[in-house]
Amino acid sequence: MQLELKSVSLVYDPDVQNPKKAVDDISLTLRKGEFAGLIGHTGSGKSTLVQIMNGLLKPTEGTVLLDGQDVHEKGFPLRNLRRQVGLVFQYPEYQLFEETVLKDVCFGPKNLGLPKEEQEERAKKALSRVGLDARYYDASPFELSGGEKRRAAIAGVLAMEPDILILDEPTAGLDPQGRNDLLAEIRKLNEEEGTGIVLVSHSMEDVAAYASRLLVMNHARLVYDDTPRHVFEHYKELEAMGLSAPQVVYVMHALEARGLDVRTDVLTIEEAKREILRALGRK
Amino acid sequence: MEEFIRLQDVVYEYHAYAEEEHEEETVRALSHISAEIREGSFVVVLGHNGSGKSTLAKQVNALLLPTEGYVYVCGANTRETPEEDLWKIRKNAGMVFQNPDNQIIGNVVEEDVAFGPENIGIPEEELARRVTRALEKVGMEAYRMHSPNRLSGGQKQRIAIAGMLALKPKCILMDEPTAMLDPMGRKEVLETVHELNRKEGITIVLITHYMEEAVDADRVIVMDRGQIVMDGTPKEVFSRMEELRAIRMSVPEVTELAYELRKEGLDLPEGILSIEELTEALCSLN
Repeated sequence: MQLELKSVSLVYDPDVQNPKKAVDDISLTLRKGEFAGLIGHTGSGKSTLVQIMNGLLKPTEGTVLLDGQDVHEKGFPLRNLRRQVGLVFQYPEYQLFEETVLKDVCFGPKNLGLPKEEQEERAKKALSRVGLDARYYDASPFELSGGEKRRAAIAGVLAMEPDILILDEPTAGLDPQGRNDLLAEIRKLNEEEGTGIVLVSHSMEDVAAYASRLLVMNHARLVYDDTPRHVFEHYKELEAMGLSAPQVVYVMHALEARGLDVRTDVLTIEEAKREILRALGRK
Repeated sequence: MEEFIRLQDVVYEYHAYAEEEHEEETVRALSHISAEIREGSFVVVLGHNGSGKSTLAKQVNALLLPTEGYVYVCGANTRETPEEDLWKIRKNAGMVFQNPDNQIIGNVVEEDVAFGPENIGIPEEELARRVTRALEKVGMEAYRMHSPNRLSGGQKQRIAIAGMLALKPKCILMDEPTAMLDPMGRKEVLETVHELNRKEGITIVLITHYMEEAVDADRVIVMDRGQIVMDGTPKEVFSRMEELRAIRMSVPEVTELAYELRKEGLDLPEGILSIEELTEALCSLN
């Protein structure tokens, strides 16, 4: 399965003079199995872009192709796109509404017209994916803690079994352990089920540690589409865009400036540790 | 000297109603908390989701009142202050929340900032002066006549802070004000509150999940299950990484890197908090 955006642009208010593009001439291809991060300052167009990806917004120019088929062509069932490309909004827990967690997660599969048994089977699988076991099935979503609500809401999208899952800042407001747990579950989903992931995040550390591809938006344009290792080498350019790099990148640059012969393209604490030990001749 | 903020053996309980069993369950969100906050200090409160951080801040702001014990804000006991006078406490200890979009009400920036002082009957001339001063202090005077909708997240939070400032508070409580912001927005907000603390002497109580935001504080309080489990300088608190991990917390990346390098046998001091400190320590080894 692949989703291709070809020279896509979107203008929210085309009738005003000098309309401002929210997304400006973006081309990219997403594939099942990959793990992409998407970063960009507030208002850079990330949210608009992800809504174009799952067909909630129709681009003003350009085309969106699902396995080669134009999704906005007359007769194309947009529902297929929304099922195959799942989108978890920011603070999705505000959208929980059913009496029980299980019913809530069944809502999507129910809408797909699946028989009740399969609805529940999918819902249970999705809940276990996000670390919520059978004890939660009959709980009211409103009794759950903030982190659990977030998981239940993500399970609701997972139960549609999308090939690509887009998550818009899924860890905002979670404590460090909650962030790590949720990201580990997303990684597992990617590795075990091959679900393609697009992780929209304001945490440079998180995308550095988890993504293998990094998309960077600035003023409606896609300015980088590369590995995180390469992208964070441009930390000065990223700063000019209101972004930054993981702290370890700054540590390595500071050490290099002081004359220590270290590689600067590290992404994680583990990599930084090994590189520093090597440079100091300790390993 | 008049006490500034003092919590004395504070317990806060609320009732959760379980629909199935038709019985009430009492949840204890704060359990015998005692602490004093000095005027002019910069205090960061850390703790996992559900640890009681926000409840604690709401006690200081008198949005919640203790079930047992007392909270004093500038000498006023929140439990014994008549309801109609609680605004005086809230004026002294204003609160900024996580989502900037939920706390902006005006159509124009200056209207939004004027909302609070106008409500407490500040006369027009004084009002205009206060709005100007408040906007200057957060570096947003150029946006006075702008629509708040068009601002970035960091700018919106600075407007929310200006709204507090216009009430001339002695203390600003902030509940995860940077959770929804991009790196630049986080930096803007952090720099703004540090400057207010330094230049205006305003006491800051900042609740956050970003450990890096705690390194420049005077004091870090860590909460777990409704209790204060650590209370010290950032260096003291972040030297206790294993304990922090056990209660779902972490330390700044640079502190963790230093910790890992120490484990490998490098002779580095404990509780390194900044890139400069780590660089310095490593270069002196070489």
